[in-house]
Amino acid sequence: MTFYSILFNDAENDLTKETPEAPVFFVDLNLDQIIDAITEGKEEYDLKPFYYAALHDANAIKSRQAIMRDLENKTLMASIESFAQKMSITRRYLGLVDKLYYKYHKEGWILEAAALYCDAVSCLATDLFQVDLESGDLLAFREYMTNYASSGAFTTLREETKALKADLSTVKYCVRIKNSTVKVRKYENEADYSAEVERTFEKFKQGAARDYRVHLYESSGMNHVEAQILDCVARLYPNIFSRLDRYCARHASFLDETIAVFDREVQFFVAYLEYIAKFKQAGLQFCYPLISDEDKEIYDLAGFDLALANKLVPEDDPIVCNDFYLRGQERILVITGPNQGGKTTFARTFGQLHYLASLGCPVPGREARLFLYDRLFTHFEKEEDIKNLRGKLEDDLVRIHEILDRATSNSIIIMNEVFSSTTLRDAVFLGKKVMAKTIQLDALCVFVTFVDELASFSEKTVSLVSTVVPENPAVRTFKIVRKPADGLAYATSIAEKHGLTYEQIKERIKT
Amino acid sequence: MKAFLMYPDRDFDPEQELPANEQTLTQDLELNTLFEAMARGDEFLAELAKKAVLSSLDDPDTIRYRQEILKDCIKNPAVVREIYRIPIDSIENKREHWLGIFSRYPGGILSSAVEMLAMFVGLLKNLRKIAGEHADGFESEGFTRFFAMIKQELDDAYFVTVEDHLRELKFREGVLLSAGLGQGNEGADYILRKPKEREPHWIKRVFTNNSPACSFTIPPRDNHGASALAALKDQGINLVANALAQSADHINDFLNMLRIELAFYIGSLNLYEQLTQMGEPVSFPLPVVRGERQHSLVGLYDVCLALTMKHKVVGNDVHADDKDLVVITGANQGGKSTFLRSVGLAQLMMQCGMFVPALSFRANVCNGLFTHYKREEDVTMNSGKLDEELSRMSDIVDHIAPDSMVLFNESFAATNEREGSEIARQIVSVLLEKRIKIFFVTHLYKFAHGFYDRKMANAIFLRAERQADGTRTFKIIEGEPLQTSYGEDLYDRIFVA
Repeated sequence: MTFYSILFNDAENDLTKETPEAPVFFVDLNLDQIIDAITEGKEEYDLKPFYYAALHDANAIKSRQAIMRDLENKTLMASIESFAQKMSITRRYLGLVDKLYYKYHKEGWILEAAALYCDAVSCLATDLFQVDLESGDLLAFREYMTNYASSGAFTTLREETKALKADLSTVKYCVRIKNSTVKVRKYENEADYSAEVERTFEKFKQGAARDYRVHLYESSGMNHVEAQILDCVARLYPNIFSRLDRYCARHASFLDETIAVFDREVQFFVAYLEYIAKFKQAGLQFCYPLISDEDKEIYDLAGFDLALANKLVPEDDPIVCNDFYLRGQERILVITGPNQGGKTTFARTFGQLHYLASLGCPVPGREARLFLYDRLFTHFEKEEDIKNLRGKLEDDLVRIHEILDRATSNSIIIMNEVFSSTTLRDAVFLGKKVMAKTIQLDALCVFVTFVDELASFSEKTVSLVSTVVPENPAVRTFKIVRKPADGLAYATSIAEKHGLTYEQIKERIKT
Repeated sequence: MKAFLMYPDRDFDPEQELPANEQTLTQDLELNTLFEAMARGDEFLAELAKKAVLSSLDDPDTIRYRQEILKDCIKNPAVVREIYRIPIDSIENKREHWLGIFSRYPGGILSSAVEMLAMFVGLLKNLRKIAGEHADGFESEGFTRFFAMIKQELDDAYFVTVEDHLRELKFREGVLLSAGLGQGNEGADYILRKPKEREPHWIKRVFTNNSPACSFTIPPRDNHGASALAALKDQGINLVANALAQSADHINDFLNMLRIELAFYIGSLNLYEQLTQMGEPVSFPLPVVRGERQHSLVGLYDVCLALTMKHKVVGNDVHADDKDLVVITGANQGGKSTFLRSVGLAQLMMQCGMFVPALSFRANVCNGLFTHYKREEDVTMNSGKLDEELSRMSDIVDHIAPDSMVLFNESFAATNEREGSEIARQIVSVLLEKRIKIFFVTHLYKFAHGFYDRKMANAIFLRAERQADGTRTFKIIEGEPLQTSYGEDLYDRIFVA
């Protein structure tokens, strides 16, 4: 098997490979924040186009899950990270060479780059055998690496690089600067003057001393004085430098294309695993979901909003995990309950889980089965909308119509607090209409609403309620549980807190 | 070079952590009065006095090491104060002549360091001179070693070497650097080298081609070239400037260290002079290892009370050898608190190597001194006074260990006598089992007499003396706890008289 890519197999058509623009639902689901956080510090790999391209083939997803599982091996991950770091510096050195002017300076950096590249390749080729790989893609890559690392071209490069570096490290010279004249010759064991000064005063030393070394400006470039000195040095050591000339002429482009592709693609996995590691450390769980494009009996246990966790974990704030499941005919999760109770977070979590699963990533949760959707639609109310009421409601309806038009029975629809900018009567009416259409479609749907009537609409709907602490209704638990929508529960407990329930008022008003 | 005047084998660390109950001790024993007397207005001395007094030694040998040095100081106060002048002069010179290393350029650092070193050389010569003239008048191990070290390390040849360096570091003959090739063939590891021969010979050698060389000159109008060259020169000077500036720092640190090591003795001298002026006696105590139980004192007075009153105060004689528990009861306003404080103060003064305010004093060292005093009623928490007392007791228990010493002053009186006595009884019983030495001033009759009845060999009971007519002598004498503290006397004095 010829190795080509660890991200895309042949079953995926070219269109899905790299997507330059984020899907429209990214902002609603806070996926933009998640992907920003994942790719932060890895800009050089341009990973976002990978994260913008959901897969639509269950086998492709399984292949990626297999790679992820292999990479969860700490030994392998460490090898990959070390490889990536070396490759990254190699690229930076090569970029530098293009900008440099003086011959021996350029050649010096080509040699540095090649040395690092050889090290990266040799180490990874060995390291890949230190672990048991399950993923077919990684096994194929290992085979490619093994062949490449033992090829004649590569071994020659490695040996010549090593010999040349060793010889250059023996070069030692003296520069005498007096007025504007510079003389260069080989070093002849002159004493270290600073050391002599240090020795003279060492007897007074009481403890560690402050460092007075000035951080002198050092450009990675080379000025013409340094270049002239280097030319002088080359004349003092003619053999070494003529070998360097020949070496550079032979090995100008040493970087292997396939290895470069792997270096970039593997970062898709590395970045994600690195990102979720901190949540795992905080005690949160991730799992590889079972993916089906037929079975709509989905569930996720102990899931959470990955974008919210990213804010809370660094501050040691607790993360509330929630479960959900759909059985039999159930298709629509209708969520009601107090504001700021975690309803929107739950809706986002549902969307994030499905999207991340379609990338082949492990998802928040202890155990999950998720649906392989064809398209994902979201409709979230925009905060602080300055449009007038009629305009907004109209927009809502137009957008929802569009969604219902384009959605299929394999789509996922997430609607958050729609119709909030109209009267309750209107909202109930419109909500019922939209709900009926969604049910007809048989699509999976999350419906966050303040309209309790929608929660028990049909056997396809499941009512979920965000809950509060019974003794102190002002405290949200952020737990979303299956139970009938009961708008009164919340109001009643607040009344109780203030001593205003029926019983309390009866007691308090003495007769 | 180390002064080693505080310890025979190490520096005194002014940054060392003080015991956790430092503030409580300072408050209960009125230590600030002591520190002020030692400092005579000098903040540095006050700070160092505090550090030395509060970080007790628990090894009698080191205590004696300091005692010997202090005896030398008392014998030669002028010489010791002259040595102490040297670091002070350094500080003043630096301030007056704006000396310091502030430059951000190697050349500037180098010349500042040269100036500083020149100033230090003058002071060091003075130190050498004092050592030469006065060493004979000192007998202690510490000072003998110190003066010998000065004479040996700072001999004439040494000053010649230093002055040679200060001259040569002006680089009249140009700068010689060695280097290797770093990454990308860029020059690296620049080291300033000392030329083997003078310039003319070197040039000759270059041209006779003995050692192949290559040279070039920057054209006069090439400004970039000139600054590149200057930058390269800085690479080399950077290191020697660093070495020289660090050397200046080393001498500065040496002088600072000298100031730190002497500060305790200067403070003790100050205190000694004030006490002798008042006619108060002082003596060097006999410290005994901490496993033993000794407390034998003659004419022990409260040094802080004497300093506050500015005249002689009553001293006490107590012989409490082989005792773990000293219970003091008796007349109100009879000198119990003063006695307790004098015990604490003498313990701290002994354990920092100082003299003590007594005609004679012998005691075992303790491994931590704790005080538990009744606090003024706090209006904001009147219901929680016992609670507060017990919480402080709990802090003590957190830090205490066998062979520690605790001074209780009217503790656990914030409740009724029966409960207070029971609390005190339980606490004292367990502390005694833990080999902790206790001085307990109390009005809790049930507690005090309870222990008296046990007839323990390791307990002694003292009473503030009250003469039959109610007069207090402020003397502490041995005696059985009484059921009255003669509060009536006090009542009579205030209401009847």
